[in-house]
Amino acid sequence: MAVNKTASELQSLLHSRELSVTELTKETLQTIKETDGPIQAFLTVTETEALQAAEQLDNLPDEQRGGLFGMPIGIKDNIITKGIRTTCASKMLENFVPVYEGTATERVKDSGMVIVGKLNMDEFAMGSTTEHSAFQKTHNPWGLDRVPGGSSGGSAAAVASGQVLFSLGSDTGGSVRQPAAFCGVVGMKPTYGRVSRSGLVAFGSSLDQIGPITKTVEDNAMLLSAIAGSDYRDPSASEKAVPDYRSALTGDIKGLKIAVPARYLGEGVQPEVRDAVKTAIGVLESLGAEVDEIDLHYSRYSAPTYYVISSAEASSNLARFDGIRYGYRPEDAKDLNEIYLRSRAEGFGDEVKKRVLYGTYALSAGHHEDLYERAQKVRTLIAQDFQDVFKKYDIIVGPTSATNAYKLGETIKDPLTLYANDLLTTPMNLAGIPAISVPCGFAEGLPVGMQIIGNHFDEPLLYKVAHAYEQATEFHKQTPPAREGN
Amino acid sequence: MSNYTKEEVQYYANFARIDMPDAEAQKFADRLDTLLEFTDRLKEIDTSDVAKMTHPLAFTNVLREDTPADILDRDDMLKSVEEHEDGMIKVPNILD
Repeated sequence: MAVNKTASELQSLLHSRELSVTELTKETLQTIKETDGPIQAFLTVTETEALQAAEQLDNLPDEQRGGLFGMPIGIKDNIITKGIRTTCASKMLENFVPVYEGTATERVKDSGMVIVGKLNMDEFAMGSTTEHSAFQKTHNPWGLDRVPGGSSGGSAAAVASGQVLFSLGSDTGGSVRQPAAFCGVVGMKPTYGRVSRSGLVAFGSSLDQIGPITKTVEDNAMLLSAIAGSDYRDPSASEKAVPDYRSALTGDIKGLKIAVPARYLGEGVQPEVRDAVKTAIGVLESLGAEVDEIDLHYSRYSAPTYYVISSAEASSNLARFDGIRYGYRPEDAKDLNEIYLRSRAEGFGDEVKKRVLYGTYALSAGHHEDLYERAQKVRTLIAQDFQDVFKKYDIIVGPTSATNAYKLGETIKDPLTLYANDLLTTPMNLAGIPAISVPCGFAEGLPVGMQIIGNHFDEPLLYKVAHAYEQATEFHKQTPPAREGN
Repeated sequence: MSNYTKEEVQYYANFARIDMPDAEAQKFADRLDTLLEFTDRLKEIDTSDVAKMTHPLAFTNVLREDTPADILDRDDMLKSVEEHEDGMIKVPNILD
């Protein structure tokens, strides 16, 4: 069964033609059909399109088959896919079928991967549990009464449950890394601009970044190599050359200088999470790294800064959903203004409305200076904090999330608990630096993620450290109870 | 007790073009209050000599040759429009 094989094992079978892409795609679609009932990771399964793509790939000559050839992949439903429904998990876009391809998905296809479906998320990527989807709640494969994290919860749950080995998510304030941690998989938020945002439905334009979610670090490195790079459709996509991330996986981290912010292992962090991350840092030390405790003074202001900036940008970005050119429109509106007012009232869910309202408030004449501009200035201080640390240290390490996965509905009425968790992931988006989450243990039987943070464009270093850790431990080999065969 | 009134919520909802009945406005007043209290802590920091950060990295415009071309097909684009006629999007009358 393909579901229990690694990507490199599948590649050998595909390249030797012992397994065809069509066979692998059919098996993947069957696995999704059999396992997605309790998980609810997929919003759309693209059976017809996937089988057509597989057939074309099977006819490719050997010399055109790359390292990701024939691999099935799921895509978060805020990354547009030509001819395939893209909903952003919102009633607003329930029937929206894009007419062009996003850059990341175009590159995924060009690398020979097969898109098998679109994955559930918090509506317009706003949330940390995937409970804010307008259509369904995704369940964590490690505990079906638990959330998978958010907003890329579908992307993480699909990989953790063995439905696919690869998925794409998006990370505005931790939305790749936190669900990766909750589901026991690898999630990378690359440097801002490393991956084109063309085709990513914008939430917070100065924060958003598409990132790969996979079972192993090596798979993650390969997928980022495929999607990264400059793009004439996105001026914020960096022109910097894309290294071969896979060649960074040497396993050698001797002499590496690691900083651990005291606050990241302080109050509010669940004791079992703290223990798991401390043990993981001990593993890095045993591999030859030097560890020091440091202070990131302004990081405690990162969550409020993130909420002001992301909401302000969201209120502007989501203005395009007005019921006129695409998206939800009420049938009986009598004038144009009523179309706008009712389309947005009936099409958006509560979390989206709250952030749009808050963003509108933050940008309004009376509050712009004291809230929005102040947040932009604090953002500078947060970014400077990181730059000061990177003058002395190679990387920063800490937990990805302060807790393990919440129970469904458990914290939804306590937004401040969710915000506290954001303290660990939002600073990297504000500074635009990369960070990767790797499985590093368990807390009460649920996965814990270690976050490895680097300076701008230091993805090769992050992959090197993450891979060295992964090879020294067994956590990436463990599979959840919901996965077939367990 | 909310510091944020439902009338204020409705004032901003109108800017954001979201219809906001009274009961819903009250619900959001409470939620926005929590959020405002949370973000108010930014006022603890003296930012008087700090520059604003609008973007994590510098970027430059991407230019192409100015060659006229149909980038997207009109019929394809209209497939996502609720109401259209003769290749144009239909909306209710704007003028009486």
